[in-house]
Amino acid sequence: MAKKMKPLDPNEKLDIEAILEDLEDYRPPRKGWTWRKPLPKDTQIGPFQYKQVSAPLKNSLPLPAAKYFGGIDPQPECVITTEIASGRFEDDIRRMRMAAWHGADHIMVIRTAGQSHYDGLIEGSPEGIGGVPITRKQLRATRKALDLIEDEVGRPINFHSYVSGVAGPDIAVLFAEEGVNGAHQDPQYNVLYRNVNMVRSFVDAAVAKKLMASVDMLQIDGAHNANATAREAWKVMPELMVQHGINAAFSLKAGMKKELISLSTVPPTATPAPEVFLDLPYAVALRELFPGFKMRAQMNTKYMEADPREVTVTHAMNLLISRLTSVDIQSTITPDEGRNVPWHYNNIRGIQTVKQTWAGLDGINELVSLKMDGPLGEMSRDIRERAVAFLEEIIEVGGYFAAVEKGFFVDSAQYPERSGDGIARDGDGGVAANSIVKRDADYMAPVCGHFGNNNLPEGAERACDPVGGCTLCHPELIAYIDELDTEDSVAKRLEATYPYRKGNLIRPEVEWAGDGVVLLQMMIPDNEDYAREAGLEVARHMGLKDPQVINLMVLHPAEGCFLEVKGKVYFDIDRTTLKIPEKVELLPEEELREAVKKTSLTVVAGTVGEDEHSVGLREILDIKHGGIEKYGVKYHYLGTSVPVSKMIDAAIETGANAILISTIISHNNVHRQQMTKLAELATEKGIRDKVVLIAGGTQVTPEMAAETGMDATFGRGTKGNQVVDSIVKAMRARNLL
Amino acid sequence: MTDERIKQFEIRHERLKELSDEELKAHFWDLCYKVVDPIVELARTHTSSSIERSILLRMGINSHKSHGIVDAIHQAGLLGKGAGHVLLKLSEKLGMDVKAAGDAILEDKEVLNGLFAEVK
Repeated sequence: MAKKMKPLDPNEKLDIEAILEDLEDYRPPRKGWTWRKPLPKDTQIGPFQYKQVSAPLKNSLPLPAAKYFGGIDPQPECVITTEIASGRFEDDIRRMRMAAWHGADHIMVIRTAGQSHYDGLIEGSPEGIGGVPITRKQLRATRKALDLIEDEVGRPINFHSYVSGVAGPDIAVLFAEEGVNGAHQDPQYNVLYRNVNMVRSFVDAAVAKKLMASVDMLQIDGAHNANATAREAWKVMPELMVQHGINAAFSLKAGMKKELISLSTVPPTATPAPEVFLDLPYAVALRELFPGFKMRAQMNTKYMEADPREVTVTHAMNLLISRLTSVDIQSTITPDEGRNVPWHYNNIRGIQTVKQTWAGLDGINELVSLKMDGPLGEMSRDIRERAVAFLEEIIEVGGYFAAVEKGFFVDSAQYPERSGDGIARDGDGGVAANSIVKRDADYMAPVCGHFGNNNLPEGAERACDPVGGCTLCHPELIAYIDELDTEDSVAKRLEATYPYRKGNLIRPEVEWAGDGVVLLQMMIPDNEDYAREAGLEVARHMGLKDPQVINLMVLHPAEGCFLEVKGKVYFDIDRTTLKIPEKVELLPEEELREAVKKTSLTVVAGTVGEDEHSVGLREILDIKHGGIEKYGVKYHYLGTSVPVSKMIDAAIETGANAILISTIISHNNVHRQQMTKLAELATEKGIRDKVVLIAGGTQVTPEMAAETGMDATFGRGTKGNQVVDSIVKAMRARNLL
Repeated sequence: MTDERIKQFEIRHERLKELSDEELKAHFWDLCYKVVDPIVELARTHTSSSIERSILLRMGINSHKSHGIVDAIHQAGLLGKGAGHVLLKLSEKLGMDVKAAGDAILEDKEVLNGLFAEVK
């Protein structure tokens, strides 16, 4: 067995090099799919009761607004998916960790372009394009990292990829051996979208499915691709039922359990279409025809454009449909998927969209129910009847293969109408045509997890007995290949990114360590054509290389456009040169309120010198802006341009505990002079020991307190609680409280 | 064709609309099985290079070698016996383990000659 790694420290980065050690001996600690554990209805989380939640995480990051509710992070009861595949798995696993902290427990890895036509397994760790080359080494490293990550967050993570292409059975064995927990498997996907010969696809699929079933791997089908492909996706709903039905029936026959067969369902349309009216009947019809199967709700990506806001709303609409019907696995869509290979933080945003929308919809089915005696029931019934008629016609024309040859599938018209744009495939055509061989009467496969005729010797208890065991029963028999090409390998890539991961260099990144990509947002007050060119010039002037406009929204044809421009930086920041301002731990809010109450804390405040800027000070004082008044502090506001001596007199007169001065103007160091003067005058008048002196302003820094004799000094962005905190602490230090 | 199909659909629809939701569902599943049953039978009785490679992988032979061995077995016309079966039989004939038998095929595929008497 491989050496056990020490648990992750939330304050330390993943040690990729350590994960890559001993992979030859790595074994997955478990196989099969894991669901979340739902908590009882009305479970109390912070101030609220929830109906549709699961066990909380040990370590997680809640939604931004959670701070108003005690930092709660309710976890929905369904599995939440995120798709991570940048082409470099060593960078992806860092993103997986981020995603797990935000609530993903199903990590899907898309394969590199071309892998489905690769006749066999890829080995080693080459770089991918638009996905990751799925290899034994990549699977082991990723699973090993996920083992650590799931311990860190305290919830099992399902790892998922694709069993398709001309090497389906090879990949299914690999996945079964390496503990991959879920996979897409649907021979129709091969046939329709990858042009793999249909006879070969189905023969291979039976073995692949049996292998997946042998380790309780969850299967997701490929029906959703029909509405991602058909020109008018909302018209293919009857066909979607048929595709789900064919793969589900075939999977059951191959030995899969119903509860591990998941239907990939996508709301077929998107706004500005009347989305819920069209998509809800489809969702209802599907659940009526497929009871007992699992529902994997995928997002609609067909109509996805470059605007992340629009994508996020589509996502939320889809999430409403999931909650109004039912869902077991909820997909997320990275809001930037319409414009680039997803970036780190957009995976997180997709997950947050689910968490936020579902926290908001928690328990909705106890408040509202679907109205079935109306258009919803009628439309659902209509879809089902059309699906049944579709199947009847398949049988009439001579079965599935004949129907595919006639272009029955992915036609953009609503059945029974036909546009004639369906995907027709020839039974003797496609990749690996005429490549199946009849099993002889004495055919034998002396291994476990095999499908079909198999003449094992009599008396064999296990199928693999004749050869002394197979890798599914004896993982130590697995033949591990580390690398075939040491140049195109993770080791080479890690050498190049070392300074950014383990050294002292910092460079921004969106996908890969050290990629240097940054994103600018700007409004250019000109028409689309000029805005685009101007945006690129702005980026170049800022020193960005290879700038590209990745989103442009016209605000008005003449008045201007909103633009997002990406570009690269090639400079590094040396971490050792950065000065981190000292962090002040604030006292708890309750403690502050109590202290204020105890002393009837009073302050005098004003802007000093020839300074009429009072906005900043008002924000510190007023309850409306979360100022010191909120904590019960009484203040006497003396106005603007108040002489320092008057501040002192007012403090004596009112018996104030503190003097707050604000000074914005800073030329000739006038702000410093005012502070020094206040301190000197307070000493002269004999009150320095009794009052706390505080100064603030846009050009003021915390370091100025010491040089000017103030108790505390505050700059831009200061909040009332920081000021109260410093007064209370200063008073305590002098035993005034 | 579409007109005819729509006409056909109308006839079907007259029949289908009489079914209850439960009956419609049962009919849906009957039809699904009718569609897949012949394909399942095809899968039960056929194999492919990928299927046979998956068997050798399960026997502990690496992906690289599995490829060459299955190709050689295919060329020798023995894929219908099952690649694992071929290796098992060869290992018995040569008195070695199945992995060594695989290596022997990679070295010289002539070793497959006459392994199964009925194959010429």
